[in-house]
Amino acid sequence: MASVATSTAGPGPRERARRWFSGFRERETWTAYAFLLPWVFGFVFLTAGPMVASAYLSFTNYGVEQIAGFSPTETVGTEHYRQLVHDEKIRLALRNTFTFTVMMVPATMIVALALAMILVRIGRAAGIFRTIFYIPQITPPVAAAILLLVLFNGQVGIVNRGLELLGIQGPFWTTDPSWIKPSLVILSVWSVGGTMVIYLAALHGVPRQLYEAAAIDGASQWRRFRDVTLPMISPALFFTFIILTLSGLTNFTEVYTAYFGAGSTGAEAPDAALMYAVYLFRQQFEFFNMGYGSAMAWLLFGIAMVITLVQVTVSRRFVFYQGGQK
Amino acid sequence: MSATENLGPAGTGAATAPIPQVLREPPESRSAVGGAKKVVWIALLAGLSILFLYPFAWLVSAAFKPQSDVFDNRLIPSTFSWNFDEVFAAAPVFSWLLNSLWIGALAALGVTLSSALVAFAFAYFRFPGRNFLFAVLLATMMLPPQVTLIPTYLIWNELGKFTTEHAWLPHVGVNTQYPLWVPNFFGSAFYIFLQRQFFLGIPRELFEAARMDGDSYFSMFRRIALPLAKPALIVTFIFEIQAKWFDLMAPLIYLRDQALFTLPLGIKTILDRFGTGGGGEGEWQIIVAATLILTLPMVVIFAIFQRYFIEGIATQGRKG
Repeated sequence: MASVATSTAGPGPRERARRWFSGFRERETWTAYAFLLPWVFGFVFLTAGPMVASAYLSFTNYGVEQIAGFSPTETVGTEHYRQLVHDEKIRLALRNTFTFTVMMVPATMIVALALAMILVRIGRAAGIFRTIFYIPQITPPVAAAILLLVLFNGQVGIVNRGLELLGIQGPFWTTDPSWIKPSLVILSVWSVGGTMVIYLAALHGVPRQLYEAAAIDGASQWRRFRDVTLPMISPALFFTFIILTLSGLTNFTEVYTAYFGAGSTGAEAPDAALMYAVYLFRQQFEFFNMGYGSAMAWLLFGIAMVITLVQVTVSRRFVFYQGGQK
Repeated sequence: MSATENLGPAGTGAATAPIPQVLREPPESRSAVGGAKKVVWIALLAGLSILFLYPFAWLVSAAFKPQSDVFDNRLIPSTFSWNFDEVFAAAPVFSWLLNSLWIGALAALGVTLSSALVAFAFAYFRFPGRNFLFAVLLATMMLPPQVTLIPTYLIWNELGKFTTEHAWLPHVGVNTQYPLWVPNFFGSAFYIFLQRQFFLGIPRELFEAARMDGDSYFSMFRRIALPLAKPALIVTFIFEIQAKWFDLMAPLIYLRDQALFTLPLGIKTILDRFGTGGGGEGEWQIIVAATLILTLPMVVIFAIFQRYFIEGIATQGRKG
C-alpha cells in the first residue's frame, strides 16, 4: 500500500499536520471522499452507530415492552454480563459450538487438502472433478439442512442403508444427542469445495523447481510434502483456518433450519443442537431480550477476537510468505 | 479467459494480478506420476464424486415420488408423481421465488456498484486519511454481524413508524423488503477489498491518459475502470446473488407477511408445516419438491458463471 503524503523522516509533527491538512485543498481529495460517500454513510449508520447503540443496550433492560413503549428503558449495569456467566444455556451453547468447530475445521482442511493434492496430480482431468466437488457449495443452507434431515434419518435415511450394506448399524443421527454434531460436521465437510479451490490455487503456485531440487536431494514423498508443500501453501492454510473457525463459531442457518423454528420439528429442539448463534438469535429476535441479546453478541465478538488473535500469533511461526513477512 | 487477459500488460505479474488463473492446468501433470497411478487416482475421485453428487440425485428423484415412496431410496421413482402442483397450492412458492430473484438482483447490483466506487477511490486516489479509513474498513470485516443486528433492526422499526405516520412517504421498515437490499447500496467491506485489489492491477497510465483526454474523474471511472474491472464486478454480483439466495436470518428478522417471504424462509416454513415427526410421517413429497425449487436456480447460475465462482473463491486465498 503506497503511503500517503505523510513523510516519516524530517519535518516535525506540526509540519506534518500542515501537509496533511493541505491535502484538503486538492480537488482530488474531495472527489475521493465523494466516491467514498456510500461506504462512509453505511459505516456510520449501519456499523459504527449500531455498535455504540449495541454496547449501550447491553447495559439496559431493553426488550419487547420497551420497543412498544409500555415501560421505560432502564440501565441495569453489568447484570447481563453477570447473567452470561450463570446462564446454563450459554455454557451449553458454547460447548456445542466449540465441539462442532473443533471437529469441523480440521476435518474440512484435511479433506480439502487431500482432494486438492490429488487433483493437482491428475492434470487435465482435474477440471471436471473440481466442478463436481464444488457443487455442494452452491446448495442453499436451508436445502442442505433438509437433505441432512432426510439422508441421515435414522430409520429410513440412505446413509444408514448404506452403512447396513457394510454391516454397520448406523446411529440415529438426527435425534441421538451424541450424533447430531457429527452429522452437522459431515454436512460441512460435504461443502468442502471452496476450501479445496483455495488450496488448489495455492498448490499451482508452488514452483516446480522446489520439488525437483528436493527430489535430487533424495527427499522422500513425505519430506517433500512436509518441507516443500506445506510451507509453500501455508498462507492459504492459515487463511482458511481463520475463516473456517469464524464460520464454525457463527454457524446458524443449517442448524436452525433442521432443529429449530415454529414447526413441530422445532418443538423438541434437542439441546445438542443449540449452537451459540442460534441461542443468540432466539434471545434477540424470538424472545426479544435485546439487552441480554446485545451482551451475548459482544461475548461472541470477544471470543472470536481472542481466538483469531491466538491463531494469528501462533501461526506467525509457521506461515511462510514468499517475498518476506507481510 | 479473455476478460482477464484484456488487462494483460507485462507489469501485472503474480503480485498484483488479482484473479489467479486456476482454470488453466499446467501443461503436464505436476509430479512424475505414471499413467497407471493416474488411473487409480481418477477411479478414486470418481468414487468420491458419487458421494458428493448423490444427495442431488436423491433430491431430484424424491421430488418426483408420491408421498409413500419418498424414502424408498430408489434412484428412479417406481411411480412418477408431479408434486409441484401440490407445492404451489400449499404456499405462494412462486411469489417467494420472484421475491428472492428481484431482491437478489437489486442487492447484487447495489453492492457491486457502490463497492466499485469505494474500491476505486481507495485504489486510485491519494488523499489524507486514506490509510486510516482503509484500516477501518478492514477492521469491520472482523465484526460478527450479530453485534449490529439489534440496533439496525431498531432503526428500521423507527423508520417504519415514521413512514406510517407520514402516509405520503413510501412505507419503509420492518415487515417490508427494504431492509434486505437497501443496505447493499452502501458497499460491503469484503467486496471493496476484492475489487480494490483488482483496480490496483490496472496500470495507472490508462487512467492518466483518460484524464489527459479531458475526462472527469467520474467518467474516467465509468469509461476506463468499470469496463476493465468486469471480472471482479461479475464475481461480486454472483457472490451477492448467492449470499441473498442463502440468507435465512435477515428474512427471519424482518419479514412477517407470508407474501413477502424470500424463498429460503418460505421453504423453512414449508419444512416446519409438513415435516411432522420427520421420517415416514409428514408430507415430505412437498418438502423435497420445494427444496428442489430452492436448489435449481443456483445450479443454473453456477453452470453459467462457473469460472467466476471458482476464480473468485481462489482469489480469496490470495488475501493471506
